[in-house]
Amino acid sequence: MHVHFLDPYRPGSSPIHQLDARVKLILTLAYILTAALTPIGAWPVYILLLAWAVTIEILSELGVGFVLRRAALALPFVLAALPVIFTAPGAALIHLPIGPWILTITLPGVERFISIALKSWISVQMAIVLAATTSFPDLLTAMRAIKVPRLLVAIFGLMWRYLFVLVDEALRLMRARLSRSGESDRPDLKAGGALIWRAKVAGGMAGSLFLRAIERSDRIYMAMVARGYDGEVRAAPLPRLSRRDWLTLWLCLGLLLALLTSAALF
Amino acid sequence: MLLAPFLSPQPMHIPDGFLSPLVSIILWVFSILVIAYSLKRVNEDLGERQVPLMGVLAAAIFAGQMLNFTVAGGTSGHLMGAAIATILLGPWAAILVMTTVVGVQALIFQDGGLLALGANIFNMGVIGVATSYFVYRSIRRIAGEKSWGVFLGGFLAAWISIVVAALAVALQLALSRTSPANIAIPAMAGIHALIGVGEGLITIGALALIYAARPDLLRSSKQGVTGGNALWVGGLAIALALAIASPLASSHPDGLEWVAEQQGFLNTARGPLYQIIPDYVFPGISNQVAATILAGVFGTLIVFGVALAVAYSRRKRRLGEVRQTQ
Repeated sequence: MHVHFLDPYRPGSSPIHQLDARVKLILTLAYILTAALTPIGAWPVYILLLAWAVTIEILSELGVGFVLRRAALALPFVLAALPVIFTAPGAALIHLPIGPWILTITLPGVERFISIALKSWISVQMAIVLAATTSFPDLLTAMRAIKVPRLLVAIFGLMWRYLFVLVDEALRLMRARLSRSGESDRPDLKAGGALIWRAKVAGGMAGSLFLRAIERSDRIYMAMVARGYDGEVRAAPLPRLSRRDWLTLWLCLGLLLALLTSAALF
Repeated sequence: MLLAPFLSPQPMHIPDGFLSPLVSIILWVFSILVIAYSLKRVNEDLGERQVPLMGVLAAAIFAGQMLNFTVAGGTSGHLMGAAIATILLGPWAAILVMTTVVGVQALIFQDGGLLALGANIFNMGVIGVATSYFVYRSIRRIAGEKSWGVFLGGFLAAWISIVVAALAVALQLALSRTSPANIAIPAMAGIHALIGVGEGLITIGALALIYAARPDLLRSSKQGVTGGNALWVGGLAIALALAIASPLASSHPDGLEWVAEQQGFLNTARGPLYQIIPDYVFPGISNQVAATILAGVFGTLIVFGVALAVAYSRRKRRLGEVRQTQ
């Protein structure tokens, strides 16, 4: 299988790469849960959580810049929380007259907005490190370890196996459309016909993609049967966790718990 | 500007940090229950052939979401895929397929959060599939064996799956007190009523091609699966509940605020605890600021220390390599 531009996995030999995928998955989830449970405006805890994230990024040898650049791509959703700076009740900070209305920015509103943005930002950094340092087969093992049903894990595995094949197929379809619909860089030249026509073409492409997928799945099924598939999804037993992995797991969980308690008791 | 986030191409995937822990966990529980039931149904009803079909179709839906077409003003229509998956596979397998798509998007591509994954699976998988199933099956029944049932059913199923899922996202954000109900709900509903038309048109296009090439895939027998009636009622109930709750919530945001207050007790309970020390001498300043500065210094020291250690060990490694080559 070739390396696909979409695959976020960056091979390496850093301590984070070497950590067992099960430990990484559980710790990532615990970290994100800790961030979610940290109350609004608990700035010291946010700073420590951010320091934690940056530490992991340095240890993973991915480069802090790489992770931050990718994290920025996930940020636009933050704007969904923007209205909250006007609507949260509390002391007024600034009055903005807009036409006949006066918008009041409140202090708790601003605190809430910044907290939401920070939580989201540090959580996504951790998710990026997980995806960039863990190969997908390892993630599947981790999913089995946290008791995701075997059938579902098998569907995940098959999806991953054929994801890039079908993405390439979709890209070919799009290239074919591009080369035939007279698209141009000039803004005054509109490509393709009316909206309905464009939607129909995109629909036809999606339809042929699905048909190809269904036909491919028939072939895959036959290949599976030829190799002894009988409807039962089997997997090798999970390997044991090393002592170092256990130690990392409990140490980090303890630290997260301590951060959470300090957030509650500060 | 307030509408900007709702215009982004994937406004349906909620990232982490936007839902309160309680809302996230409740929706995780709902999603897990529905997934478990779907797995049971798929195991009982469908042949072993379905496992590769579900995996590859999930990959196709992921890839199909890249096929967009420009609508106007920089926005573009593209596929979510819940409706087409429901039509091609039946509801239970479609729930599993959508779960896989949304799961890979969150795990690998950070489209949507991990703690919020339960909510995203619920919105796009459970709600999207249940409402599509309800609409598509009803219209196929009315149309009998005539072909317009496939197309009208497909269009409306696609449209409603988008709109109802968007309403659910807005309600969840409002319940988490992340986005006020009276802004989020009308914005999400209005914009997704349009995006839903795009989804509907693509779905019709896809169905037209499949109808011409492989009409056997669209035979109505697939829709009458076991437990289908319960899901049909479920889809109707979800669509009705959200259609009724959303205008109510957006016209009475205080009511929702009250629910949020009850629901968000995790946050509110910790609030007072957290403020035991401040409001003391210099209201809210001395301890908070001191703690923040201390945390900042401490955090910087940790990061700096780790960076130094990594740099040092790398240098040592490189020196070792140099020595070995000599």
